[in-house]
This record gives sequence, C-alpha cells and structure tokens, in this order.
Amino acid sequence: MPGPSLSSVGLSLRGLASDLAGPFDLDVAPGQAVVISGASGSGKSVFLRMVADLDPCCGEVELGGVSRSQMSGPAWRTLAPYVAAESAWWADLLADHFQPSHLAAAQALATRLGVNVRAWDGPVSRLSTGERQRLALIRALVLEPPLLLLDEPTGPLDPLSTAAVEAVLAERIAAGGVLLMVSHDAGQAQRLAAARYRMIDGRLEAAA
Amino acid sequence: MSPIVLTPTDLALAALLVVLDAVISVVLRLQLHRQVLWAGLRMVVQLVAVGYLLRFVFALNSPLATFAVVMLMSLIAAREIATRPARRFKGLAGHLLSAASVLLAIFVTAGLALATAIRPQPWYDPRYAIPLAGIILGSVLNAGSLTFDGLLGGVRRERGAIEAQLGLGVPFQKAMGPLLRESLRRGLMPVINQMSAAGIITLPGIMTGQILAGLDPVEAVKYQILLMFLLAGASGLASLAIAWLTVTRLTDERQRLRLDRLY
Repeated sequence: MPGPSLSSVGLSLRGLASDLAGPFDLDVAPGQAVVISGASGSGKSVFLRMVADLDPCCGEVELGGVSRSQMSGPAWRTLAPYVAAESAWWADLLADHFQPSHLAAAQALATRLGVNVRAWDGPVSRLSTGERQRLALIRALVLEPPLLLLDEPTGPLDPLSTAAVEAVLAERIAAGGVLLMVSHDAGQAQRLAAARYRMIDGRLEAAA
Repeated sequence: MSPIVLTPTDLALAALLVVLDAVISVVLRLQLHRQVLWAGLRMVVQLVAVGYLLRFVFALNSPLATFAVVMLMSLIAAREIATRPARRFKGLAGHLLSAASVLLAIFVTAGLALATAIRPQPWYDPRYAIPLAGIILGSVLNAGSLTFDGLLGGVRRERGAIEAQLGLGVPFQKAMGPLLRESLRRGLMPVINQMSAAGIITLPGIMTGQILAGLDPVEAVKYQILLMFLLAGASGLASLAIAWLTVTRLTDERQRLRLDRLY
C-alpha cells in the first residue's frame, strides 16, 4: 500500500522539458496507470528519467500537491523510484541490494513473481535475465512508493511471469498508486486499464 | 668523508649503457631506440638545467624565490594529474581541483615538516624546502593521479549500478561508496608499498644519497623515516582531497550523476 496519503491530485507535470525531449504536460490521478509506447530513441526513457529527476530539466513536477523542488533529490526518488529497462547491480550478493527491514517483503514478492527462493543465498551473477528484471522491480516495490516509473518491466519475461508482474502492479494501482510505464506490449495497457500515449520525437501524444 | 665528484667522462661512460639499450632495440627490432635515446637526452638536459637553477635559487636565499619555485613545481604536478585520466572533466574543473589538492597536500606536509621536525635556519632555506617539496610532490603526483584516474574511469564503467541506486533514492555519496573506496585504495598503494619495502627490499633514495655524501647511516635513516611519514600523509591528503572534489563535481544539488560534465 502506498505510504503517504495522496489528495485526489495525483501526479502533475507542467512544462517538463530538457534539451532532449519535452515539454511535457500531464495529469495522472491516483489509482491510474499510463503506458507509453513509441519507436526506439523517441524519448520514452528520457521522459521517465526526467520525472525521476535523474537528468537536468526544467518545469514543475508535483505529487499529491507537493512540488518535488521542496524535497531533496533522494527523497523524491524514494517516492518516485525509477527502474531502468536493463537491471544493474552494485553488490556481489542479491541480499545486499535490500535493506534488512525490506528483506522479508522482498522475498514474499519474489515468490509471488516466480523467483526461486534459492536465489536469495547467492550472487547476482547466477540469476537469469528474467529473474534480475523481476528482482530489480521488487527493489522499487518494497519502498511502497506512491509513484512508480518503470521502463519495460516485463520486456524479457515469459507470459506467465508477465501476468504475475501485472497482477502485482494492478494491486498497487488499485490501492491508489500512480504508474508511469514504458511498454511495447500492446495488450498490457488494456490489461492494466491504463491511459495510452505515444512518444513521437520527444513529444507525448494521447493514443486511442 | 667528502662526496665523490663525478666528471663528465664518468657520465659519458655510463651513457654507453643507454646506447646499449638502443643497440638492443635495433638488433631485436623493438622500435624503441628513438624513444630511449630521446628520453635519455631529455633527462640530461632537464637535470642539468635544474641543477643550475637550484644553484641559482640557493644563492638567492630569498623566501619569495623559494616559494615561487615550489609553487611552479606544484602546478606542474597538478597539471600532470589533471591530464592523466583517459576521460577528463570538461573545462577547467579537472585542473582546478587537482591544483587545490596538490597545494593542500604540499603546504600542509612540507610546512609541517619545515616548521616542526626539520627547522632549518632560516625556515625557508631552499636547500631543504625545494628537495623536500620535490620528493613529496612525486608521491602526491602518484597518489593523486591514481585516485583521479580510478574515479573518472570507474564512474563511466559503473554508471548503471550507480544510477540504479540513485533511482531508488540512495544518496549520491553512498552510491559512489565502493568506487570511492577502490580509488582511495589505489592512490595509497604506492606509498604503502614503499614503506613496506623500505630497508628490506629497497634502500630508499634519500638515505642512499645521504650515505653517498658521507652521512652516518643511522642519521640518514632518521631522515628517511621522517620523509616516509610525510609521504604517507601527503599521499593520503592528496587522494582524499581529489576524491572528495571529484565526487562533488560529479553531482549537483539534486544528487544526480552528472556524466555530462565529463568528456
């Protein structure tokens, strides 16, 4: 369940722009998902990174009525974590990527998403791409953020794992979270009852 | 016992060894002879020039001249550090932060040594200040460039891992932690090697020079010990300063990773 309570305002982007893409104006109510598709290089990941404040940009971003400029970068990204399309790992062992207080929740989620429980005893290098992708998502999920920024979360996954991930995401949305997601999976937007957008040359356009 | 003075003939005979290197290179087709001969020639010209310059500065015996020479040496060392990494900062950032680190390290350690342990009369006596600065700068150059190169090279390589952590709300310093520690380790390793080897594997330079000049070995050793401590301190300060400044330059007020500040 998302931590801080949101007013009915949700996520609001005003004039979010950088040299590479934008400007973007978008409103997403709590309990809503947005799926963005588009050609490679059109600016989808750039957009998510801008919302996550990982790249310099101008414009206003508000979550629950609170402007992100009123909090530090790390504080914002705890509320709006960004999960890249290709997972990256900074320690040898899988368990070292989670705070001890989050470990139990992470393991429960991992089981739900079909990751073998033996994965938790060993190094990241022994995990498959699909397992790493799911575990990278779990790294963000255990923060219980009100906003999730996901770049192709089910890209390398088989249909069964994809369905499991979508089930978990649907729960988070139903509980009032906001989801901004890049996906090439045509059916995914429908399954998540998400608003659909296309990214064309650094501009967002609503799609049917 | 007075030092043995070398004549130009002595040097010419020794230079035959460099010629020997060049001959080996030609015979084995190593393509090194040009570099070897050029480096040897450069070395002779540089050192002869330095020798006369030092004689001049020692005769001047002015604090200003001594300070100017030490500053010049420090800035040259700073430039070497800044230009060493394969990937560099855009603009003047690299030069500025390496200059700051070098100046901090040299003035704290050399200043400390001259003011407390060595205490020449006068305190700015160039005969002590300049060689001391030279040796410390050698260590600072080594430590500083290893740390700097390690950080800048590593940050590109580890970009994914660092940004993955940033994307989860981890503070920048923490995300850089492992890379930072590895770079500091690299910077300090030469001086740690030097200290471990001193006396057992190698006879360090300063005491060798002093023994050749006629000083009692036990007295020479005291100087060497003091110097090694100074080198360790200077290396540590230089590595730490350059690491901290580099990490600061690689981020901004939103704690992002600013690789756009690097080429």
